[in-house]
Amino acid sequence: MSWETVIGLEVHVQLLTRTKMFCGCPNRFGAEPNTLVCPVCLGLPGALPVPNAHAIRLAARAALALGCTVHGRSVFARKNYFYPDLPKGYQISQFDRPLATGGHVDLDSPERGRISVGITRLHVEEDAGKSIHDRIPGRTAIDLNRAGTPLAEIVSEPELRSPAEARAYLTVLKQILLYTGVSDCNMEEGSLRVDANISIRPEGATALGTKTEVKNMNSFGNVERALEAERQRQIALVEAGGRIEQVTMLFNAGSGEVRPMRSKEESHDYRYFPDPDLPPLVLTPQWIVEQQTALPELPDAKRDRLQREYGLPVYDAKVLCSERPLADYFEAVVRAGAEPKAAANWIMGEALAGYNETAVFAVEPARLAALIELVKEGTVSHQAAKRVYPELAGNGDSPKAVAERLGLIQVADTDALGRWVDEVLTAHPSEVARFKAGEAKLMGFFVGQVMRKSQGKADPKGVQPVLQERLSK
Amino acid sequence: MSAVAHIARAVNAGRTSALSAAHEAARLLRKADADGLNATLHWSEDLLRGEAARVDAHVGAGHAMLPLAGVPVAIKDNIVTTEQPTTCGSRILEGYVSPFNATAIERLRAAGAMVAAKSNLDEFAMGSSTEHSAFGRVRNPIDHERVPGGSSGGSAALVAAGVVPAALGSETGGSVRQPASFCGVVGVKPSYGRVSRFGLVAFGSSLDCISVFGERVDDAARVLAAISGHDPHDATTADRPPLELDGPRRDLRGLIFGLPKEYFPADLDPGVRAGVERTIGAIRDLGGSVKDVTLPHSKYAVPTYYIIAPAEAAANLARYDGVRYGVRRVGPEGDVRALYRATRGQGFGAEVRRRILIGTYVLSSGYYEAYYGKAQQVRAAIARDFQLAFTAQGADFLLTPTTPTPAFRAGEKTDDPVAMYLADIFVCAVSLAGLPAMSLPVGRSAGLPVGAQIIAPMFEEARMLGVASALEAVVPAAGEVR
Repeated sequence: MSWETVIGLEVHVQLLTRTKMFCGCPNRFGAEPNTLVCPVCLGLPGALPVPNAHAIRLAARAALALGCTVHGRSVFARKNYFYPDLPKGYQISQFDRPLATGGHVDLDSPERGRISVGITRLHVEEDAGKSIHDRIPGRTAIDLNRAGTPLAEIVSEPELRSPAEARAYLTVLKQILLYTGVSDCNMEEGSLRVDANISIRPEGATALGTKTEVKNMNSFGNVERALEAERQRQIALVEAGGRIEQVTMLFNAGSGEVRPMRSKEESHDYRYFPDPDLPPLVLTPQWIVEQQTALPELPDAKRDRLQREYGLPVYDAKVLCSERPLADYFEAVVRAGAEPKAAANWIMGEALAGYNETAVFAVEPARLAALIELVKEGTVSHQAAKRVYPELAGNGDSPKAVAERLGLIQVADTDALGRWVDEVLTAHPSEVARFKAGEAKLMGFFVGQVMRKSQGKADPKGVQPVLQERLSK
Repeated sequence: MSAVAHIARAVNAGRTSALSAAHEAARLLRKADADGLNATLHWSEDLLRGEAARVDAHVGAGHAMLPLAGVPVAIKDNIVTTEQPTTCGSRILEGYVSPFNATAIERLRAAGAMVAAKSNLDEFAMGSSTEHSAFGRVRNPIDHERVPGGSSGGSAALVAAGVVPAALGSETGGSVRQPASFCGVVGVKPSYGRVSRFGLVAFGSSLDCISVFGERVDDAARVLAAISGHDPHDATTADRPPLELDGPRRDLRGLIFGLPKEYFPADLDPGVRAGVERTIGAIRDLGGSVKDVTLPHSKYAVPTYYIIAPAEAAANLARYDGVRYGVRRVGPEGDVRALYRATRGQGFGAEVRRRILIGTYVLSSGYYEAYYGKAQQVRAAIARDFQLAFTAQGADFLLTPTTPTPAFRAGEKTDDPVAMYLADIFVCAVSLAGLPAMSLPVGRSAGLPVGAQIIAPMFEEARMLGVASALEAVVPAAGEVR
């Protein structure tokens, strides 16, 4: 039998606020344990939460960027459960009246082409603290620095059909969230976390199968691996006549396997009810419009515009829009006078390699544009320009000055070219003979050899006439 | 002149010092403790002297007059203070000292008041007799065999015994008005949102109000004015300026007092009935009038209250888990679940455990709509009744008995929780509606105080207090009603 996989994702992202969701403590990763705490986030007797307006603003922007409707009235609710790193014994979240509902993420599925995946809801909540099991032998340590960190939870419809699609969805979602500046989406620091619901059903069926929840995946790659493992497990189980139980599975990145969580750890009745400490969150239509207006151009729109405005191929536009700084840099280089396609090539090659390592562009847009111009006007060859580029980092020298210093200014002087041509022809007598016997395609070989001999300094446009002249003798 | 006004005027004028007021308060506290009232949980003469020094320094420096200069105020021990423990009358918080002060405490101090003592209460403010304190029951100063009411029984007793002229209590469902009635003092519950809850240890957050006791209306009014007003630390405070008191009122001309018929059942204690009737007579004498009104949903108030308050309490008390502060007990299994079971099982008293269980039950999956959901609907209907009484039914205020009987005997209701809950039958509908209300002592029945309740529209505390002071001037609080 052929099986269809059905996946829905719940993504938690920490919001990039200065302070926590309901108190004034810094929202910061990596501090000494239990130093970023106060009576409110410690849940001390008598302390009360007050919502962080900026967190609401960021969550609303994320929702609007995902095409959701942001509601004029939403309600904070208490989600009750006991856990040592949950100071109040409940988490302040939203339940039946979330901040936003009904959006979508559009993406290129590896299997189905362009698809639109529904966003069920986006709500705001506070993070819990951290239980640390490996710090003190035989004991659990608790760090409450993270307690009260603002989170947006983004829940997708069960509309993903493969682990690869799930990964593609996450990639696009992360892109949008980074574009809007809502979160740094750093999975290593836990600022983006993914839980997945997955089920299988016979191809063509419409009813959903029993789902399991998969947790503990710390990278998009691991989400894909974990879902693949869980899909295989479910298929094998059902094909052997078994039944899927609604359980939570934990992914082990080391072994690549999923295993069920102990049932004792789940089956919660969270007893949600409206938090009486917090009045309903009321947002005016005007405020919502302001957030919409504050949104930057989003990846899809930017991609379309780059293709349209600069005549870039789809591939180039996609790469340049994968991160907002990349696209911004591209446009700055073009504004500084570079020809768009040449700028795209430089950025996707040299500049991107450096950016991936250091997260900055080492060469100012104007100097990259100047370098591109040197190639265009024939002052340096493309090859030579690639040697100039790394020398531009960390100083303010003009590309031309660097090319001069490195002796890379192209030589168009026929005498100089003639010397390199003669050396090449002398060194390759058999190729000369074959060329003369009619093997015209060897011209390319000779040009290449001359360029090499000149260490890129020879002007390729000048080399060919000299070669023609010498070879026709 | 009220005691609060008298002390503040004398201290501001330099005729006496806060220090001498502190010494007097300490003497009276010592006496109350010696008499066995068991109304205080933590106080010391050193701390009182510290409070006084602050006030005297301010007055000596010639700064602006302080409205409560040198006034000793008792504080219910569920309002956090940094200089004494805050136990909520519970073993689970024994010895707990808060690192911050409640907003109400900061405002009292800013007004020149002195924290005199932390007062005894029913554990986590759950009770109507102050017999549910882990630190022993409070005695009614008028008759030690009787309860002072609750849950703010310690504060009520200290005012009734003349130890302090005013005290802070807290209300969730009548916990100031009811003990005020039992002890023969004034008890004022403000509108929900009038006084910050920041630093009031939460019981039922949608109901909790820091409330005030006073010897006389003016004592309570001055303290309430000082602690009222918007607080950025409490998202549920109303965005209003602090309460401004009306000038004294001599007559009630043109005012209509609604008498809700549901609050005058046939089996109402005759002494209580006589007290309220005497008050009605006084209203007429002062030029006001009364009319019958109806609050048809009030009969559901007690059951509604005993769904909503425990539901919120179950969540609010989840934080007492022995992990971060307070008492920790380690269970035999040694894991974290055992720690919770042992800490909470041994740390909370029976009444608190009962309410946590009720609250957990009414919120649980499959029961939520039938209990909590329905209770919210009834709560809205109760609030609508009051609104109609003040609009369509034409009442300016409502007048009812505060309690169905005078103070009952200690032990009389401790084995019958429902009988205990019914002691709040006339006070808890007001809490569900969030309205301001107060209990005014209107006489004694066989020596026991009787209180009349005045209920006002939302945020009409100033008018309510003005009306009450006019009545207070003509109704002898200590006189027998029959």
